[in-house]
Parts: sequence; structure tokens; C-alpha cells
Amino acid sequence: MLDYAWLMLLFPALGTLIIAFFGRRLGKGVISWLAPGTVLLSFAVAVSQFATLLGLPAEERHHEVVLWQWMTAGSFSVDLALLIDQLSVTMALVVTGVGFLIHVYSVGYMHDDPRYSRFFAYMNFFILMMLTLVLANNYLLLYVGWEGVGLASYLLIGFWFEKPSAADAGKKAFIVNRVGDFGLALAIMFIWSTVGSLRFADVFANADVLVAAGVIGTVTMLMLLAATGKSAQLPLYVWLPDAMEGPTPVSALIHAATMVTAGVYMTARSAALFDLAPTSAMWVAGIGAATALYAATIALAQTDLKRILAYSTISQLGYMFLAVGVGAYASGIFHLATHAFFKALLFLAAGSVMHALHGELNINKMGNLRAKLPTTYWTYLIGAAALAGIPLLSGFFSKDEILWYAWQKSPVLWAVGLVTAGLTAIYAFRSVFVPFWGQPRDQKLFHHAHESPPAMTVPLIVLAVGAVLAGYIGIPHLSLIEGWLEPVFHAGGAAAEGAKAAYPAAWVEWVLLAVSALVALAGAYFAYTAYVVKTSIPKQVRDSLGWFARLVENKYYVDELYDKVIVNPLRDLANWFAGTVDKAGLDGAVNGIAGIAGWLGGQARRLQTGLVGLYALSILFGAVALVAWLVIR
Amino acid sequence: MVPISYYLILSAILFTVGVVGVLIRRNVLIIFMSVEMMLNAVNLTFAALALHFLSLNGQIFVLMAMVVAAAEVAVGLAIVMTVVRHKDTTNIEDVNLLKG
Repeated sequence: MLDYAWLMLLFPALGTLIIAFFGRRLGKGVISWLAPGTVLLSFAVAVSQFATLLGLPAEERHHEVVLWQWMTAGSFSVDLALLIDQLSVTMALVVTGVGFLIHVYSVGYMHDDPRYSRFFAYMNFFILMMLTLVLANNYLLLYVGWEGVGLASYLLIGFWFEKPSAADAGKKAFIVNRVGDFGLALAIMFIWSTVGSLRFADVFANADVLVAAGVIGTVTMLMLLAATGKSAQLPLYVWLPDAMEGPTPVSALIHAATMVTAGVYMTARSAALFDLAPTSAMWVAGIGAATALYAATIALAQTDLKRILAYSTISQLGYMFLAVGVGAYASGIFHLATHAFFKALLFLAAGSVMHALHGELNINKMGNLRAKLPTTYWTYLIGAAALAGIPLLSGFFSKDEILWYAWQKSPVLWAVGLVTAGLTAIYAFRSVFVPFWGQPRDQKLFHHAHESPPAMTVPLIVLAVGAVLAGYIGIPHLSLIEGWLEPVFHAGGAAAEGAKAAYPAAWVEWVLLAVSALVALAGAYFAYTAYVVKTSIPKQVRDSLGWFARLVENKYYVDELYDKVIVNPLRDLANWFAGTVDKAGLDGAVNGIAGIAGWLGGQARRLQTGLVGLYALSILFGAVALVAWLVIR
Repeated sequence: MVPISYYLILSAILFTVGVVGVLIRRNVLIIFMSVEMMLNAVNLTFAALALHFLSLNGQIFVLMAMVVAAAEVAVGLAIVMTVVRHKDTTNIEDVNLLKG
């Protein structure tokens, strides 16, 4: 059964090709079935793989499917091969499961778009590349998927390329990601030159070779650089908020649920390397914690619904990095899975709001939408509650796991995570109360609001169920997902076993659980007070904070800073090269050589007098001279 | 038996006359005839030396030179005809289209 894993890739690949080449002829009706259908088939294959793995004993849950030898050059050899184990199957389930629901939603959301078929061709392409990324059995194939999802992201952010802002956002995402991608490319080259293989199993088994060669720190830091680009962490997160220019299903699928988690996946996959590089792992945790807090503060001050969710995604990705950084790889993947549900849900619900309000996203123009959009409201509320970590919803369990492991590593990381959890609860419920409660602020918008079609609301409901239930695979001490994933991360050595023994007593865990639950509830209560009961509070807080409030509202001026320090100097340099070096230097040299040749020709043409007698005389003299030379010689 | 030097001197005189004709005359047809004279001066040399060395090589070269000369006349006269039709002149000085 596991040998048929390649079917997972085949279906979206066929979908991409068919829709790309025959999309216009097929018509919307066929595409509406075909595009989600291919993803559903992939999901079915993923489920069968999962079931097969469950039936195997834990130590046999590792299967590699070699499709063919991809390339060989000297001693360099890479197979096109898939790795089926607990981690990759979990990721494949999330990608295809959430991906399928978002495809269904897109059928409703994109219904009136003139480039309907192109949209679904891109979406299927994305699923194909994301599955390549998570199913690869070597770093090079992972890199193919890594770049492929980047391309899909670029194409879909700039899908409405008539809007200059969308085209710019696509470019920004692509270029910022390149900064990270070169890190991954370098890391792969380092691994190849040291270990001599790119296959995960070989690399992890020989991880001590990397240590002996002294490059383990470099490799892991380069991987971290790649992950900060793809997963929108400090300092390369700037592309993700702008990526909201794309259609909302794209934001949900690529920029919340799946692609941006690729960095977390890669770090977790490389657990054997990060375990041996404690400094790099500490950097991962530090960057994660800093990003989580930083993005949460920005999310508090945003007024655009999708941007609130974008910064929230960055913040939650920070949590995942915190988890994988402190060695809690399973918790990171667990949070990845629950986050995929509730964040996809929140984005899709935001898309439903957008659909109802003709593209309006400013929450200060909404109000009392729960009267008009009941399904959207309830599903959004569930998603926001899960995001805020309200007890017994999925976000609560996964976030608490992370905080618990952070506490074991360092109480500072835990404290940062806890503050972030409080802020998360506040902004999550702010984004519920301001648009959905209170009085309508814009009567015209409110009047025209209408609930979305079933193609959009049904996926919302399914995701809402997932957002509630997904957490129960990871209840503390019963954690199914941890037991399921743990063998993947500690296949290399028994180092983790020793660490487990040092865990603090269990009561600490329950206390921490209670604290984080209280913080989440307190945040929610504060949001209720500030945005429903006494709406003057936000203004008071803003005034009392002074310059800091302005700093946060302007996103810490990071975009402006990057423009000043990196973008503008680079542009000036490019202009200098184009104007001075290219025009004056290179063009000048080429034109100069042409000028010299022209001048020489001008001089030489005077020999052509047009007098045949003169030519004949020249021939004569030439002949005489030749003969004379031959004779005298 | 005429000494070989007589033939060579005659052919040298004929060749020089041809060269001078090519250089100083302006009429294309006269220049042509001068060229033919140069060719035949050389032919004479070949024939004389063939007799002198009792070898057939020179005679074969004569035949080849005559073939080339015939071909050259055919092409050359065709060019002259065309020039005359276009410019209505046989004066070589008036034909200078490719002057630099």
C-alpha cells in the first residue's frame, strides 16, 4: 500500500496539466469538480497511507518509495524518492485535507472571476509542490518543493495583477523569499560536501560527521535563515502581510495553513541536526519567541481584518518555532496542524465577510454583522476562540504544550509565550467584537450584507468542527500525536530519553495549564470590556502609550526601514549600474571599438580610386616586386 | 633551329606591349585585346620551353591557358556588353560605380 504514495502527487499533477491546457474549453462546471476532486483523491491516498502506517509496529513506520534515479554525476546521485513516515503523512493529511476544503470554498469564492481556470491550475500546482516538499526523502527534492511552493505563492499573490499593489506584493514575497532560499541552497551544498549524500536517512545517521567537520552550526543556521524567509519570521517576515493582496482562499491555504509552515516542517524534519547544534536551536527558539510577541503587538493595532490575521499567523508561526527550537518537535507539528484548521477557518470566514461587504476589510466600518452573517459569525467565533487558546478548543492544547516545553527550557521563553498568549486573546476577540458585535458603523454596507453560498459556508463548518476537535489528539499525558510523531525525531539517538527524565513534576504542568487558560480568558474578557462594554478604553490606552502606540500602529516602521536601508540603496546602485556603468562604460567600450573600425575603413577606402589603370599598375608593381623578391632572395 | 632566346625575347616584347596597352589605353575592348596578347606571350614561352626541354608539360599548359582565355573572353565580353547597354560607353574611366 505504501508503494502507491506517488498517487498523491499524480492527481494534483494531472489536475494542473489538464486545467492549465484545457481549462478554457472545459468550462467552469467541469473545473469546479475536477480541481477539488484531484485534491480529494490525494487526501484519500493520504488517509490510506495513514491507515497502513497505523497498522505497522512503530519501528517499521518508515518507508521509502524510490520512483526513479533522478540524476547522477560522478559520485553525486539523487533519487526521485518519497519518504512515508509519521511526520510526512501527518503533513500530507493537513495539506490535502485543509487544501480540499479550501478548494471547495474557492469554487464559491472565485465563481465570478474571469481567470477561474488559471486560478485552479495554480492551486493544484501548489498542492503538488507542497506534497513534493513534505514527501521528499532527500534535501534536493525538498528544495524543489520549497521553490515550487514559492512560485505558486508568487503567482497567486499576484493573481489580480491588474492591481499594482498585488503585483508588487507578489514580487516582494518572491524576492524576500529568495534571501532565505539561498540559505537553504548553501546548507544543502554544505551537507553534500561533508556527508556525501542528501538522503534524509543518510544525513541524519551521519550527523556526527557534520559535527566533526565543524559545519553543523553553519548548516543549521543557514536552514534557520531559509525557514525565517519561508515561514515569515523576524527579520524576513515583511512579505506575509503584503501577501494578503491575493485572493482570500490563497491567504488561507498558502499563507496560513500550509506553505508558511514549511520552515517549521523542515526544522522538525532536521531534528537530528538541530539536536546536535544547541546554539542554533536556541536561536530558533529565540527568534520564534521574539516574532510571536512582536507580531502579536502589531496585530493589536491593525484595522484591516486580513492583516490582523496575517500578523496573527506570523505570531503563531513564532510559537511553532519556539516549540521546535526547544526540542518539542512534536508539539510544533501539533500546533502546526491545529493552526492549519483554525487559521484557515478564520481566513475563509474573513473572506466570507469580504464577499458579503463587497471587498470591505476595514473592521471599523463593520459592526453587528452577526445579525446578517450567522454562519460566518459562529464559525469565526470558534476559530478566534481556538486561536486565543480558550480552554477545550484546539489552540488551547497545542499552545499549552509549547508553553510547557518552553518552561522546561527557560522560564524567560515561557514568559514571552504567555504574554503573547494574552495579547493573542485580546486581538482575536477584538476581531470578533468589532466587526460582528455592536452597532453597524456603515449603514450602506450593512444593508447590502448577505450570507455566502453553501460552497463557502460548508467548508467553514467543517473547519470549525476541526478547529474544535483537532486539539483532542494532543491532550497532555494522553497525547496521541506526540507518541505518533516522537519516533521520527529521535530515530538518530537516545539523547532525548535522558532529557525526558529531567522533566519537572507533573503538578507544575497543571499549574502552567491553568495559568495559560486564565491568561486567555482574561484577554478575552478584556477584549469584551474594551470593545463592547466601554468602547472608550482603546482610545485611552492609545493616548497613555504615546509614541509607542504610534510605533506599533505603523508596524514599527520596519517596511520604511527596509526601504531606506536595503531597497533604496540597491535601487540606486542598480540605477548607477544602468546609467553609468552600462551606458557609459560597456556601451562606450563597444561603440568605441566600432568607431575605431569605422575610422580605419574610412582611411582605407581612399585606396579605391575608381581608376582601373591605377589598379592595373598596382598589380604590375606588385608582380614585379614579387618576382624581384623571388629572384634576389 | 631558332635559338630559345629569340622566342623568349619575342614573348617578353609581346608581354610588355600587352602590359603597356592595359595600362595606358582607355577603351575596354583594346584593354581586352592587350590582356589576350599577354596571355599569348606567356603561351609562346610555354611552347618554346616545351620544345627546348622536349617535355609535353608546357604544351598542356598552353592548351589549358587557351581554355581559360576562352572562358575569360566569354565572361568579359558579356560584362562589356552590359556596361555598354547601361552607360553607352566603352571608356574605362567612366565605369567607377564601386569607387570608395
